[in-house]
Amino acid sequence: MPRTQVYHAVTERLEILDPEGKVDRELAPDLPPETVRRMYRDMALMRAMDDKALKLQRQGRMGTWPPIRGQEAIQAGVAHAMAEGDWLIPAFREHGIMLLRGVPAHLIYAYWAGDERGSAFPDGVRVFPVAVPVGSQWQHGAGVGLSLKLRGEPAVAVTFGGDGSTSEGDFHEAMNCAGVFGCQSVFVIQNNQWAISVPLHRQTASETLAQKAHAYGIPGIQVDGNDVFAVWVAASEALARARSGGGPTLIEALTYRIGDHTTADDASRYRPETEVAAWADRDPILRLRRYMESAGLWDESREEALTGEVHEWIDRTVVNLEEMPPQDPRDIFTHMYAELPPNLREQMAEVVAEVRT
Amino acid sequence: MSATETGSAAARAEGSPESSERLTIAQAVRDALRDEMARDERVIVLGEDVGIDGGVFRATEGLIEAFGPDRVIDTPLAESAIIGMSVGLAATGMRPVAEIQFMGFVYPAVNQLLGHAARMRNRTRGRLSVPMVVRMPYGGGIHPPEHHSESYESLFLATPGIKVVVPSNPYDAKGLLIAAIRDDDPVLFMEPKRIYRAFREAVPTTPFTVPIGSAKVVHEGDEATLISWGAMVRVCHDAADMLARDNISVEVVDLRTLNPLDRETILTSVRKTGRAVVVHEAPRSNGFGGEIAALIGEHALLHLHAPVQRVTGFDVIFPLAKNEHLYLPTRNRIAAAVRRTLEY
Repeated sequence: MPRTQVYHAVTERLEILDPEGKVDRELAPDLPPETVRRMYRDMALMRAMDDKALKLQRQGRMGTWPPIRGQEAIQAGVAHAMAEGDWLIPAFREHGIMLLRGVPAHLIYAYWAGDERGSAFPDGVRVFPVAVPVGSQWQHGAGVGLSLKLRGEPAVAVTFGGDGSTSEGDFHEAMNCAGVFGCQSVFVIQNNQWAISVPLHRQTASETLAQKAHAYGIPGIQVDGNDVFAVWVAASEALARARSGGGPTLIEALTYRIGDHTTADDASRYRPETEVAAWADRDPILRLRRYMESAGLWDESREEALTGEVHEWIDRTVVNLEEMPPQDPRDIFTHMYAELPPNLREQMAEVVAEVRT
Repeated sequence: MSATETGSAAARAEGSPESSERLTIAQAVRDALRDEMARDERVIVLGEDVGIDGGVFRATEGLIEAFGPDRVIDTPLAESAIIGMSVGLAATGMRPVAEIQFMGFVYPAVNQLLGHAARMRNRTRGRLSVPMVVRMPYGGGIHPPEHHSESYESLFLATPGIKVVVPSNPYDAKGLLIAAIRDDDPVLFMEPKRIYRAFREAVPTTPFTVPIGSAKVVHEGDEATLISWGAMVRVCHDAADMLARDNISVEVVDLRTLNPLDRETILTSVRKTGRAVVVHEAPRSNGFGGEIAALIGEHALLHLHAPVQRVTGFDVIFPLAKNEHLYLPTRNRIAAAVRRTLEY
């Protein structure tokens, strides 16, 4: 009997907007100019939030911060494709999309400054808190996607994670289960090519991360993660599929971590500056601005106005952060359980007495 | 009072049922699931072999026929996904009851249980919570292969945020499981597989709850207190009966919930008897018995006539079938410990 081929797969890559700001007219989405300008503005807000956080950290006004510089197009592209009612399940380098999904910037700061109230999002904000353990959030995204399906809610669970997290067992379990159950889920890998000091080729022998989808029987696609249009198109397709009962999708958005892993890291120890510089030239914000200028959607006066708006916004964010009233020391106990058990009541009294003395 | 009578006594004490049925623990678990699924459509069951097979211990038998495959979900072999997906389900409006087939297989899911389920309410300052139950058969005594006999309650008791409940009889199994499903926090529900089908008791056919966080004196006595939970409660009853033949009067406290712990019931009994023996299957060192001994030391030291004794599993890997009898506490070991406190 001859050997036969039982499976053959192709993984697509989608790019629409090149680093010079030129679009592929056939693939370009038909977005209203206002939406394109809005995407640009949103990315500018993210960049400002990131830059300001690094400054605050150096001044001792912020804790450890994982920068998102260079990854703004992924977060803006996916956020603009999402609908009201969709859930976001972030890892920990998703400040940008958390902001766009309704988490106030000063709360994002508060969390990284060491205040749990930063994860107490306003009512109606469908965003999970940051997930630090790496990869565990993929499972929550599958679970939320199953929950939406079981309850017949036409919403989608969008889960983010990094390239490193695809090596965790939870990534496998989540993709596998989401495929089996047809969860209303979209999984977005921000492949920034570095997991602290470990480069992608030490993370997997797989040529792409998108191709892993084939093994789970779900669609997978790689997009240029610095191209907000490509991200928007891939996310829109995936969201529509999940919303209409077509099951989950894995999106690999290829980008680069321009900054250190966190403010506690020094990336110059393990990667060449030339590599960073090459990717800095492919900046997602600059790219979109070039496109908008060539398309007549943007000019210097709009840029000036936006710069002013962004400055004012980030200054107000810092004020909002620093004007948060002090936490009640009892808060560390209050929310452990729905009702306070006797041992915690006793321990709470210990802390209160200690604080008063 | 013998062990088989405790449930009906409890039923009388905690609300007279109109009708009851004589059930095993496994059947009581199934009835609790069935009643809650019928009452609340948010309740779903998920785990390995819980659907078509009805669970390897038949604790979910008949549920898939009654409620369909969308509410009784056979999952892939993926413990971390069973718990991790339950976190996602519970945080968005469902009430998942997850099954880990044996407690010895819970390790892959510990990150999800302790790293996420236990922390969600606190870290979001109450905005998100995960009302989920994780059922898992625990403990020795059935001569299974490796990894099927463990008692890992200490793992979960050392980490705040998860309630830990362990029934010792069919009545409590149903009432506690219903309470766990209705609870707004994650509850680890440890089922004593050794006595899943060891005996039957009258259990009300209608839904009822046994409060979480409430221990129970299941055998009254005045010379020493045996403090235990789960399958060991029955062994404590046997030890108490044995000692009674020598006119030694022993009280047995069934903790029923390990977190939150009902300290008052323990302390009241120990203050009365002046002697305490903690009995559990888990290894002695860093077992929950140490916590109970510390509690008694802190709050009832001057009532004690003897040091608190521990009758437990040993600090070894749970032995395979041929040596299982060496490991598990027996009525003789318990009785000897009680005599030590009397002779001190």
